[in-house]
Amino acid sequence: MVQAAQTFQVAEGMSLKAALAKAERRNKTRALLLVLPLLVFVSFTFLAPIAQMMFRSIDNPVVAGVFSETLIVLEDWDPSGAPTPPEKAYETLAAELARGYKNRTVGRAATRLNYSQGGMRSLITKTARKISRVQVGPFMEGRWKDKFLEIDKDWGDREVWATIKYSGDRYTAEFFLKALDLGYDWDKSVTAEPENRQLYFLTGFDSVWWRTFWISALVTALCVLLGYPVAYLLANLPLRISNLLMILVLLPFWTSLLVRTTAWIVVLQTEGVLNDVMMFMGIIDERIQLIFNRFGVVIAMTHILLPFMILPIYSVMKTIPPSYERAARSLGATPWTAFWKVYFPQSLSGIGAGGLLVFILALGYYITPALVGGPTDQLVSYFIADHTNRSLNWGLASSLGAFLLAGVLAVYVLYDKLVGIDNMKLG
Amino acid sequence: MADNNDAFVRFVEVQKSYDGETLVVKDLNLDIPQGEFVTMLGPSGSGKTTCLMMLAGFETATHGDIVLDGNPINNVAPHKRNIGMVFQNYALFPHMTINENLAFPLKVRKMPEAEVQERVKKALDMVELGAFGTRRPAQLSGGQQQRVAVARALVFEPKLVLMDEPLGALDKQLREQMQYEIKHIHESLAVTVVYVTHDQSEALTMSNRIAVFNDGIIQQLAPPEDLYERPDNAFVAQFIGENNKLIGTVKEQHGTNCTVETEDGSTIEALAVNNSGSGTKTTLSLRPERVVIRPEAGRCPNIFEATVIELIYLGDHMRTRVNLLGHDDFVIKVPNSSGHQHLKEGEKVSVGWLPEDCRALDYA
Ligand SMILES: Nc1ncnc2c1ncn2[C@@H]1O[C@H](COP(=O)(O)OP(=O)(O)OP(=O)(O)O)[C@@H](O)[C@H]1O
Ligand SMILES: [Mg+2]
Repeated sequence: MVQAAQTFQVAEGMSLKAALAKAERRNKTRALLLVLPLLVFVSFTFLAPIAQMMFRSIDNPVVAGVFSETLIVLEDWDPSGAPTPPEKAYETLAAELARGYKNRTVGRAATRLNYSQGGMRSLITKTARKISRVQVGPFMEGRWKDKFLEIDKDWGDREVWATIKYSGDRYTAEFFLKALDLGYDWDKSVTAEPENRQLYFLTGFDSVWWRTFWISALVTALCVLLGYPVAYLLANLPLRISNLLMILVLLPFWTSLLVRTTAWIVVLQTEGVLNDVMMFMGIIDERIQLIFNRFGVVIAMTHILLPFMILPIYSVMKTIPPSYERAARSLGATPWTAFWKVYFPQSLSGIGAGGLLVFILALGYYITPALVGGPTDQLVSYFIADHTNRSLNWGLASSLGAFLLAGVLAVYVLYDKLVGIDNMKLG
Repeated sequence: MADNNDAFVRFVEVQKSYDGETLVVKDLNLDIPQGEFVTMLGPSGSGKTTCLMMLAGFETATHGDIVLDGNPINNVAPHKRNIGMVFQNYALFPHMTINENLAFPLKVRKMPEAEVQERVKKALDMVELGAFGTRRPAQLSGGQQQRVAVARALVFEPKLVLMDEPLGALDKQLREQMQYEIKHIHESLAVTVVYVTHDQSEALTMSNRIAVFNDGIIQQLAPPEDLYERPDNAFVAQFIGENNKLIGTVKEQHGTNCTVETEDGSTIEALAVNNSGSGTKTTLSLRPERVVIRPEAGRCPNIFEATVIELIYLGDHMRTRVNLLGHDDFVIKVPNSSGHQHLKEGEKVSVGWLPEDCRALDYA
């Protein structure tokens, strides 16, 4: 008993634990060397961009850079007190606007301010243009505020100055708020955006986030319904036939996503194949809109994501020996009971894996809805791309992306809690 | 043996082909009375599983009738046959607990919950696994899973239970223990069992009768001791137990015996069992333990000179390989009795056997 409590000693008085660690260190080093190239690759092409995206979603350098001196003056101004800042603020801003107008940095600041508050862009650019023509001299002492109000009476507005003040924060949560249709009020309290600027979250069931969620869920459900029987056939038909079927399932994988999507346009458009056939058969007497709407998006996404559902289910079904169903039958179960009580529960982990895969892929879908959907059928990725490429609001693009990433991780964690990720079999 | 017409299970001229070209089961006729333990024994691919599957309803016979308790069941769906079945991999449902597995056949029969509980408990106690009801199959050892599989096949009280190599996955010791347990369950429940194995000692231990399969045909259907001591043909003689095989030509047939001349010109007196008359070739079958070393003169008509090639000590007996009549794979089992004869390698010794221990069978 005493001996058992003692730590084991090997030669030279080294404890067994230390000896084991030493022996394993070499193996660990070798393993690390083997994965090193991949590790480097992944960190440069995947982890670094994600980290950068996270950073951009809170990074806010523009206003802080262009209006740095004004912001120092504004530090002493409390928006809940006096409605406008002191004359000194007008004077400093005038100088910075004029300078910014000359070296063309004011446009960026104006755009940035416009994200926070509609109308700010025109106000800033107009004022910058006009203020740069004003002669600077002692005679302007104490008259800057009047000059500003002359250019636009909005410069007497508490809200305009408050916007400049809080937009000058070097780091901000504003983009995250915008991604949920929220924003700062003049006192920096969080409020809903004006209704005409709402889009992502607060417009209810058809806001971008909800739409992304439920279209993905619908596509996942359709993939289960359509994919399960196909996977069953694949797993249970004689090899010769199931191989052929497998090729048909894999064929879309070998075809470009773009080709498959445009094929749906050919089939579904108003002058397309499906309309022709239905007209010919007299099912409809007027051509109907099947594409560039929600219907087209769901159909095309379901088709494209179907293999991602079929293959995991198939690989799970392949491991279910036929003897289970036979055992159930011999125990007195009808074919349906044998399937439902014995076969189906064992194939659930395949549905879980396929569902997770399809749902996560659908959440981030971009090309297909962009090609076959209408303007109100776009998912969140479309807006990420739009803010990245067109409106250049990278802060908002990044915060949308960060939310999407968080959503995917949440789905993953939920799946792990409910089903257990180690039950998942893919391919 | 019961009269044919009230046999519990009957195969009548059953044939089976999977591909429409070759017959896997050729003209199977088999009658099994109620309560019997019949084993199908045969080499791999001889059609044993196929027969069992036809009986269970998972394969259809291409020709012939299968009759259960007087009713032809060719067109009865598997779940209506009321036949218990134990599979080689046990086929316990992995997503259900042991209790749920055992309750499954009762629940699909819409039995009241209280009775289900009671029967499940009884079945678990029968296989001595009362404490394991709430575990999943994966949490049991192979032997325990096997017992659950047996209990599940019996819990709904079928009159017929089929077992397809149920012990194939167990190690030797556990297999032997399970053989006795299954045997005892069979005896106490008086259920009819059709058992498939290709382990002959298992077949000999457990069965009332054994059907030796080869090539889709029952070669012999007999109780274990008949099969071993009185094989009908060369295949059975060779397949069951150890056997010395000598090829010869029948010279003369007299009564129950015949005289056979071997290739090297010696003559052997043998029991005529399944040879086709004088002038034809025959296979002589002789069990190694029936060969006598240094027989007393006049006791055996068959006495020959043998050269000892190899001696293997096996505890209760000495396995002795000798060269005899030009064959050097002739085996003799010399019992390790007190005062037994010590042989040495290379020694020349006379050996002999009685005509009734040497069976003249078909020449394949
Ligand atoms: N589903 C099937 N389709 C086609 N041929 C089959 C099928 N099942 C079995 N066979 C063939 O039928 C023959 C008999 O098979 P069976 O499974 O009955 O043999 P077995 O006696 O049970 O053999 P083992 O001892 O190896 O289990 C074999 O030649 C096998 O290849
Ligand atoms: Mg078999």
